[in-house]
Amino acid sequence: MPQTITIDPVTRLEGHGKITIQLNGQGEVEDAHFHVTQVRGFERFSEGRPFYEMPSLMARICGICPVSHLIASAKACEAIMSVRIPHTAAQLRRMLNLAQMVQSHALSFFYLSSPDLLLGLDSDPGSRHIFGVVAAKPDLGRAGVALRRFGQHIIELLGNKRIHPGWVVPGGVTEPLAPAKRDEILAMMPEAYHGIKLALAAYKQIADAFRPEIAVFANFQSNYLGLVNEDGSVEFTDGSLRFIDSAGNVIEDGITANRFAEVIGEAVEPYTFTKFAYYKPLGYPEGSYRVGPLARLNIATSMGTPLADAELAEFKQLASGPVQSSFYYHHARLIDILYGIEKIEQILTDPLILDKHVRASAGVNRLEGAGQAEAPRGTLHHHYKVDENGLITWANLVIATGQNNNAMNKGVLQAARHYVKDGKFTEGILNRVEAVVRTFDPCLSCSTHAFGQMPLALTLLNANREVVDTVVRN
Amino acid sequence: MNKLKLATVWLDGCSGCHMSLLDLDERLIELAQLVDVVYSPLVDVKVFPDMVDIALVEGAVASVDDEAKIRKVRAHSRTLVAMGDCAVAGNVPSMRNPIGPEAILNRAYIENATIQAQIPCVVVPKLLKTVRPIHELVEVDVFLPGCPPSADTFHAALMALVTGGPLDIPTLTRFGA
Repeated sequence: MPQTITIDPVTRLEGHGKITIQLNGQGEVEDAHFHVTQVRGFERFSEGRPFYEMPSLMARICGICPVSHLIASAKACEAIMSVRIPHTAAQLRRMLNLAQMVQSHALSFFYLSSPDLLLGLDSDPGSRHIFGVVAAKPDLGRAGVALRRFGQHIIELLGNKRIHPGWVVPGGVTEPLAPAKRDEILAMMPEAYHGIKLALAAYKQIADAFRPEIAVFANFQSNYLGLVNEDGSVEFTDGSLRFIDSAGNVIEDGITANRFAEVIGEAVEPYTFTKFAYYKPLGYPEGSYRVGPLARLNIATSMGTPLADAELAEFKQLASGPVQSSFYYHHARLIDILYGIEKIEQILTDPLILDKHVRASAGVNRLEGAGQAEAPRGTLHHHYKVDENGLITWANLVIATGQNNNAMNKGVLQAARHYVKDGKFTEGILNRVEAVVRTFDPCLSCSTHAFGQMPLALTLLNANREVVDTVVRN
Repeated sequence: MNKLKLATVWLDGCSGCHMSLLDLDERLIELAQLVDVVYSPLVDVKVFPDMVDIALVEGAVASVDDEAKIRKVRAHSRTLVAMGDCAVAGNVPSMRNPIGPEAILNRAYIENATIQAQIPCVVVPKLLKTVRPIHELVEVDVFLPGCPPSADTFHAALMALVTGGPLDIPTLTRFGA
């Protein structure tokens, strides 16, 4: 008899999601889906508001990566104003964005995924959480808490608030960096280096034990998209987008924010509120691609900082072309963190970092503008139109989780097909299906900017889409 | 001593309140000595427990799923805390109220779609006509405003709730804090 397994909610995710797995009469997996179940409407209710309100409004899309929304939104506003922001403002924003990447990656790796990695995918679900990690591996657990604090504290020092700081505005930032704050950040560096080195060493020690998962955790060829500088090094805040294919060939380079809508389209599927981004010249779904840490490392030719460059060289040894298993998002995330710490230290040595000129001013000089940045989990794009008075008439956002949506769904199906046999499964098997989604670090707040919310539930349906079984784990 | 049972729930919000709770950093580890986190996006429990001592609820009520969830949480919680401005007053999610859900869905999935324009309707929940703060649906014991409330606010409030000490919220936080 055909059935459906439902995992509801998917836990240790940033938001509410649900997974359904459809089984046929022989108990074989026919299909599987990842459902995002929340929608909020930012694209519509921002209409009529002054464009300069957009950064602080759009930041409320997401409490995990508000800084990326602040930056992409401010850049879209600056395109409308037709201004170039002062050098120091650009450097300070770069630092803010990197600090957020470090804290968000620390959340993903330590708080959400390390219970699987360090305690085991089959370990007791009752203690498979960050507190369990702190109890079992106190050094690593506390290093994770400290790395997240490092990023959040830098955001607080720069923006006066850890979550939803109002410091980033169209034209730059509201106040320059005080020398005492620079010194405080520099004093935090040794602890941050210690924490990330500990994490990288621990990851490399356990990675081999996960060979079976590496083989089936969204392990397939795909295209990749991410920001790079002109020299091909990784970039989070400026630069332009590069699109590569599954063999690593550059298909298109130098995609600036104002060209994004020409090359990237969005499709809708009936089972989720998150849309599916694709590269238009290849069509949908062939033009689907992955973004985020794995994509960035597959695309970039260097990190531009010494320790992270050494790690990148080692990472690139994992495959002859792009590294294709999404399990390696975890590894790439740790290299991102190391780069972020090094780059923040570099930025603080910029002789102009304390300069007082941090904001450009202008009115409406164009009626349309777009901005892009790398959020921790991948490329983020904001696109606005305004009237002559600067009131928003139209907005569209393309977020990282939508760009990974096709790969997440394919990955859930790949893992379900591998693990669910004869209609039988264990708690550990369902946790593996969820863990595939966790590798992408999807942000359900972001992906639901248009609509909604997502808990993870597993439903097993048969080929006729009848519910065979609903699994709720406790 | 039996540890108190703590639940954290996420309705229609941005997760910023949960992130601010995590901003307790090392104090979170100390808190875990006093309470057991029995239900939360951070732990692998899929069903809301029979009874929890404290439930922290982030977000407004926007969909039929949210409504079912807040009623269930209320029925199984001794102290229900509206955590942050969305839960307390609707805040940003309620900005869609003058527009209505149809226009919101049309913009996202019809007008702003390149291909396969359609309103998702399989498995995903129906949106309520208006987004509402949680006290309009269920009784709330503690209102903790802020966008988000700071980690220090969470610390003071949780310590007061755990120890039964005094809790003077206006000295801790405010709307938009």
